This record gives sequence, structure tokens and C-alpha cells, in this order.
Amino acid sequence: MNTFVNRFSTTSAQSEIRRAQALAADEEDFSDAAWGSQAGFGSLAKGVPTFCVPAVADPSAFLRLHTDDHADPSCRIKIQHGTTTLAFRFKGGVIVAVDSRATAGSYVASGTVKKVIEINPYLLGTMAGGAADCQYWETYLGIHCRLHELRNRERISVSAASKYLSNLVYGYKGMGLSMGTMICGWDKTGPSVFYVDSDGTRLKGDLFSVGSGSTHAYGVLDQGYHWDLSDEEAQELGRRSIYAAGHRDAFSGNTCNLYHIKEDGWHFIGNYDISKMHYEGPGDVPGGPGKGYGYDIRVEGRSSANPPVAA
Amino acid sequence: MSIMDYNGGSVVAMVGKDCVAIASDLRLGNQALGVSSNFQKIFPVTDRIYLGLPGLGTDVLTLKERFRFRVNMYTIKEEREIEPETFAHLVSSTLYEHRFGPYFCEPVMAGLSKTPSGGTKPFIAATDLIGCLNFAKDFVVAGTASEKLYGVAEGLWEPDLEPEDLFETISQTLMNAVDRDAYSGWGCIVHVITKDKVITRTLKGRMD
Repeated sequence: MNTFVNRFSTTSAQSEIRRAQALAADEEDFSDAAWGSQAGFGSLAKGVPTFCVPAVADPSAFLRLHTDDHADPSCRIKIQHGTTTLAFRFKGGVIVAVDSRATAGSYVASGTVKKVIEINPYLLGTMAGGAADCQYWETYLGIHCRLHELRNRERISVSAASKYLSNLVYGYKGMGLSMGTMICGWDKTGPSVFYVDSDGTRLKGDLFSVGSGSTHAYGVLDQGYHWDLSDEEAQELGRRSIYAAGHRDAFSGNTCNLYHIKEDGWHFIGNYDISKMHYEGPGDVPGGPGKGYGYDIRVEGRSSANPPVAA
Repeated sequence: MSIMDYNGGSVVAMVGKDCVAIASDLRLGNQALGVSSNFQKIFPVTDRIYLGLPGLGTDVLTLKERFRFRVNMYTIKEEREIEPETFAHLVSSTLYEHRFGPYFCEPVMAGLSKTPSGGTKPFIAATDLIGCLNFAKDFVVAGTASEKLYGVAEGLWEPDLEPEDLFETISQTLMNAVDRDAYSGWGCIVHVITKDKVITRTLKGRMD
């Protein structure tokens, strides 16, 4: 009512808040979280991430017991596992291709998941395993890549970025983090791909595929891969490999997201419906077959068991 | 991982106006790996009865033959075609004979039964894997996508659908349900049974 009186009152609600604020200002232990706001930085408000852990004597053992389904397939906390992701290095850069299905048990929870995480204009990360784990830590990696740029006046190498991530997740080993990712980019050394997973593995290589559909993708990829692929051929190989996995693997499918990393950073090539690729092909794309990838379509009219459609 | 989900597959049956429909997907998998996109799970028993057998692939084939044998024996002994209600009880008792070592299938039946006045009456039924009969008045579902099928069917089904509308309803129900199930799909087949003919159509479904 009377704002002037209110401001100097010692009994109003506002004065209570003022007292608490004054107390918090002297008190180092008070984080902004006490006021319900961390200015949008979440657990990063203090500069380093902080997490709540189970209130037990040995949180790491507790989490391993309940989240690690390698050790115990019937564990209580289930994390999304079905996926197909691939990345390969070639003359013209890096191709990154992923599917878009998310499953919870046999339920297809989503068909439009973005499994490529755009860390910055030169770096891409792929998502397999825990969606939240990948999303959070690869975004976090992005923050540190930017800080590296500001401190050193040059872009971080793919090697350094991937090592930052692998060291980071290794610190949480045994706590149930689940991620299998490829960190891809172009730096001073040219195109490069690193495989990083939550066990702490970090591998440099030309060609990787991760997820439940990876074996299917490797089949097509290994058959068609060589260093001197043209851009069009390489993009088609990525698409065709994800199609193969999406078709055969129950936990992969819906659509394929395709990226190409060149010297000037990554480019989003397109989103392709896997079922449409089966029947009609990827559409009007350079290097495309002009017809469906499906077996029935390819052998149409070539055997008595699969006669041509009567005109 | 249940043995019932090992090969995947789903069946749904629905009642219409003087007609019934039964539909299934065409996938046969080895867990996550899709193996066949032309695995029939629905079999004609008589001209007016169709039987759907979702579940473990080996038992689908075994039961199909077992029911063929039993229906043939019935036909010879009785010197008449089996009625859908009778067939449902035959299925039930065959499955209960294996109460302590069951076949891993949940049969779904659809047919037209004769009324005393000489007309026909739509009939659908389903049982669990040891033969508990469920005579539904609207629709029955079974298989790995059964939960999803319940949801979609509950939303789409209405009473007294004409054969063409029933076809549309059952097709949309099945296609949309199996697209949300990792273990079902890879194409569908639909049979609509009417008084004077059976309409069978194979549908192009999502292949992922």
C-alpha cells in the first residue's frame, strides 16, 4: 500500500526477505539455489557440475547395483539402449548418420529423436545409451570447448575435446553413466573421429558404428567404404547403412539424420524416412539409387516367387 | 525377456455389422533381429472361421497343424462343419491339456456363427496361453503390441460397422499400434469375413 512505509518496516513479509538476504550475503554456504534460482545455469551455477547422490554409505556401489544392467539385466533404473549411429572419415571430411528411434522396453517412445548433438559449428557428438547423459555431457563439453577458444585464441582439437569428455566420464565410472558416442569434427589435422564411451574407452579411428543396430550398419559400411569416396558416394553410404540397421534392428528406425563435416564446419544434409527409403528410396539426392532400398523392390519381377505386377 | 516376445507379432479381431475382421502383422524376428516379413499368423479353419496365433513362432506352426487335425477329426465324426463357439472350446481345451507345459501362443478367433433362424451372427474370441476363453462383444487383441492395440482399438472401434468401414478401422488400429511396438510390424494382413465372401488384403506397413 504505502511503499515507502513498507520499505522501512521491520514486521512485514518484505522485511523478512530482506533479513534473509542480508544473512545469505554474509553466509558463504548459501548458494543462489536457496532462492530457487541459479540464473538458468542449473547445476553449473558454481562453475563445476554438482549432483545429488543417493544418501548411502557407498553411493557408487549403490548406483552400480541399480543402474548397471551389464552386471544385472533386471536392474531397476532402465536406460534407453536401442540405437544406430555411425561416423566415418574419408577424403572429403566426416559423415555422421544416425537413426531417430527411442525405445523403452518394446515400446517405441519416440520416432523423432535428435541423436546428433551439435557441440559447436565444428564439432558433432552422437548419442547412444542414456539420452540425458549424452545430451548433458556433450552440451557441457561445448561450454568447455568455447572456454578453451577464449583462453587460447584457437579452436580446440577434436582429440583434445574427446579426451576432455572421456576424462570427465571416467570420473563417474561405476555410477551408472551410460553413453557410447563419437566425437567428430575438423581441426588443424583435418577430419577426425573419436569413439568415447562411459567405460572410459577413447579410440581414434576412421570408421565407427555404435548401438544395437551397429552390426547391421557395419555390414553395409565395411562393404562400401574406402578413403577416396566422393562426397555424394559417402553421404549415400551413410544413409544406406542407417537404412539397413533401421530395417533389420527392432530398436532402430523411423528416420535417418545425415551430417557432413567439411573444412568450414558441419552441414546438415537431410532427414530421411527409413520406411520411405525402403519403398521409394531417399528421393532426389546426389548418388541415390532412384528406387527403394528394399529387397522386394530390388528383386521385383526377377523370380517366379516375386512376379512383376500385372499391368 | 519373455518367451512370448521372442519372435514378436500381434493379432487383433473386431466385430462389425453382420461381419467380423481379423488382422495381424507379418514380422518374424529373432529378438531384435527381423528375419521374415512374410510370416503368416492367421489361418483359415473353415470358410467362416479364421484363427490368429501370435506368440512363439515354433508353437504357431505346431498349433496350426494340431488344430487342423482336430477340426478334421471333428468334421469327419460329426459330418458337419464346426461352429465358431465349438471351435473356441476346442482351442481352449487343447491348450489346457498342456496346462503345466503350455504352448506359448495366445489364439484369437473370428468367425460367423449360424443362428436358429438361418441367419449369421458375428463371433470373436481370444484365449490366454492355457486356454482361458474371452468372448468379447467388441474386439480382442493379443501379441507383443497388445497394450498398444487396446489403446488404439478403444479409441477407434464403434458398433455396427459395415465391412468397408470395419476394414478401415481394423487396419488403422493395427498399423498404428504396431508402429509403436518394436517387435511387431513389417507389413500387415487383414481378413474381413462377411456372409457371402472373405475379403483378404495385404497392407504395406512401415519396414523399420
